Amino acid sequence: MTERLTATTAPYTIGIPPFRPGEDADFGGAFKEQPGDLWRPDPTTCSSEDTAPHARGLLRVLNDKGEAKGEWDPKLDTSELIQGLEYMMRLRIFDDRMIKMQRTGKLSFYMRSFGEEAVAIAQTMALENQDWIFPSYRQPGAQFVRGRDMVSMICHCIGNTEDNVRGRQMPVHYTYKEGRFISISSPVGTQFSQAVGVAMASAYQEKDEVCISWLGDGTSAQGDYHYALNFASTFKPPVILNVVNNQWAISTHANLATGGRTFAERGLAYDIPSFRVDGNDFLALYSITKWARDRASAGMGPTHIEVYTYRAGAHSSSDDPSAYRPNDEASCWPGGDPIQRLKEHLLHIGEWDEEKHEALAQKIDDEVMAAYKEACEFGDLASGPYPPASTIFTEVYETVPWHIQEQREELGK
Amino acid sequence: MADMNMIKSLNSALSISLKQDPNVVIFGEDVGFFGGVFRVTEGLQKEYGPHRVFDSPLAEGGIAAIAMGMSLNGLRPVAEIQFADYIFPAYDQIVNEIAKLRHRSGGEFSSPVTIRTPAGGGIKGGHHHSQSPEAQFTHTPGLKVVYCSNPYNAKGLLLASIECNDPVIFFEPKRCYRGPFYGDPHNVPTWNGHPDADVPEDHYIVPLEQARIVREGSACTVIAYGTMVHVAEQAIKDSGIDCELIDLQTLVPWDRDTVVNSVKKTGRCVIVHEAPKTSGFGAEMSASVQERCFYHLEAPIQRVTGWDTPFPHTTEWDYLPSPQRIAEAIKKTQEE
Repeated sequence: MTERLTATTAPYTIGIPPFRPGEDADFGGAFKEQPGDLWRPDPTTCSSEDTAPHARGLLRVLNDKGEAKGEWDPKLDTSELIQGLEYMMRLRIFDDRMIKMQRTGKLSFYMRSFGEEAVAIAQTMALENQDWIFPSYRQPGAQFVRGRDMVSMICHCIGNTEDNVRGRQMPVHYTYKEGRFISISSPVGTQFSQAVGVAMASAYQEKDEVCISWLGDGTSAQGDYHYALNFASTFKPPVILNVVNNQWAISTHANLATGGRTFAERGLAYDIPSFRVDGNDFLALYSITKWARDRASAGMGPTHIEVYTYRAGAHSSSDDPSAYRPNDEASCWPGGDPIQRLKEHLLHIGEWDEEKHEALAQKIDDEVMAAYKEACEFGDLASGPYPPASTIFTEVYETVPWHIQEQREELGK
Repeated sequence: MADMNMIKSLNSALSISLKQDPNVVIFGEDVGFFGGVFRVTEGLQKEYGPHRVFDSPLAEGGIAAIAMGMSLNGLRPVAEIQFADYIFPAYDQIVNEIAKLRHRSGGEFSSPVTIRTPAGGGIKGGHHHSQSPEAQFTHTPGLKVVYCSNPYNAKGLLLASIECNDPVIFFEPKRCYRGPFYGDPHNVPTWNGHPDADVPEDHYIVPLEQARIVREGSACTVIAYGTMVHVAEQAIKDSGIDCELIDLQTLVPWDRDTVVNSVKKTGRCVIVHEAPKTSGFGAEMSASVQERCFYHLEAPIQRVTGWDTPFPHTTEWDYLPSPQRIAEAIKKTQEE
């Protein structure tokens, strides 16, 4: 792992990022941790203490040559591997199209999952369809796994008449109940402790359901993170709590987010099995999530996972990372690129080639473009039409109370 | 019917809810085995089991978040925040999350949570066991805000709140748990024999959004809620003026029609609450009365409230609206 860097400017210690603009982003080459370093404990019996090495190490399956190694290899069918690759490529192409559209004013704002595509996709693929997804804004990719139509997603982002949340939320704040994908909220981390409540309700109703949630390294400073871990530790509901350590919270580096060691290790103090996993390794993510689900389903309670990755893009369309980090930092990240790594694995096992890859990329690009055009038929932010103004007043309560009805009449729409 | 104090009637409402709806769960600090610091949940864990009535870790933000998560996944949680003064760590979860979930999700999800919390002064609680922060919630769209005042309406309003599909912040005037308070700290009656302590043992509802006319009158309308209903009642008696007293009961959405009709009849209006004056709910009522009753008003609207200061410990009787202050305000409305 990268050492925490600090500047000792008495009387405080101030964390500092490894590199600033103009410096060489040299992470020292590949990760020293290798697949096979860490054993796979029995999820139905293991204690949090058994996972101490996992919380300090780095769980990997794919090595730097694209080989799957060690007992954490989930041994997925080729079709599942290709499906995972397809979802990740779809998310990246979708994001790229949306950010272009944002630049032309068709939507107000956008957030890409660039570099972190494996996180929501591998983890959601490892779950069952009845499991609850409680995302932050960096996990919209889970919706592809749950079968959401891209037209519907774009209608939300461009805030048109078909937006299922009726133009009330900023783009990327998806809700998709049919896919058990719970509404995304802007305040960071609130979903983490709510997810524990969702899981407690599933347990109460004796349903075989698990709830998974994510937040970022920066957000792990919020009270909600600690509420979630403590309540999860206390009540042991079926919940999977992920800290996506993508190094950056807008411009605040993870070295400023904690004075401790790994984020994963915090879970041990709450007596929750805790793992640090290579977040750009599709197979490792799939495998640890499956492990956590098996544990939760066996009534053994929560799992805490640090997803060690890198935010390759800007925080959002309103951010400019060149102001605070070297432009080539992402390409120097030892974990590489999640899509490229799964692709290399498929090439390595002889189930993929460049021609297929190109054809798939083209097919997805065409589908995204077609979905975009179809969505725009219902309006976009630049030119409308928008959801009717009456949607301001509805669904605040189950029925519209008199004072809101009066205000609606005052607006006259 | 049975003679119940407010603790017993709230307990009865909770017990009925647990019995009639298997999805109701109750949790909060000390509410389980012990039965709550004010004993409102006494005996419920024993009767309904520790998975339905349980102690939570001491984290109000966590309590509210857990309640929201449970509620969007089929349960109907009733969470207790031990003192309203301690609700603020949960403020983000209540204001940004619970209150907005239905709207922000286009109606796909909702959060039918009831948050019970003892509020108000008169128990020598100082800054942090005496506040009445209702206005901090009435300013948040998506929440219903309820403030009970006696054993009868406490039970009926709590049952209505739990059965409501919207989130409800339910304030309980802790000074009135064991008896009404008429503004004299040396006179501490119990609820025994009070007509509003005659409470049906079975299920009943006091509808949300409806005020209660405590006493009819023609000379002045006095509006109050919580403990101040009783203090105002005493003030009216002391003033010798024929006032109409309205107990608001629900603050959002409030029963404006009952208030407006009364002020149109009396031409005078006194608003009483123990929370600070500035931006208090009295300001909202005063503005609405002015908008609706301007040509009926014979005198300026009076507000009698707590001061715009932190709530004091030893001098709380000089902080809380007293019968004297309220009576003076009533008399003032008669002078013009």
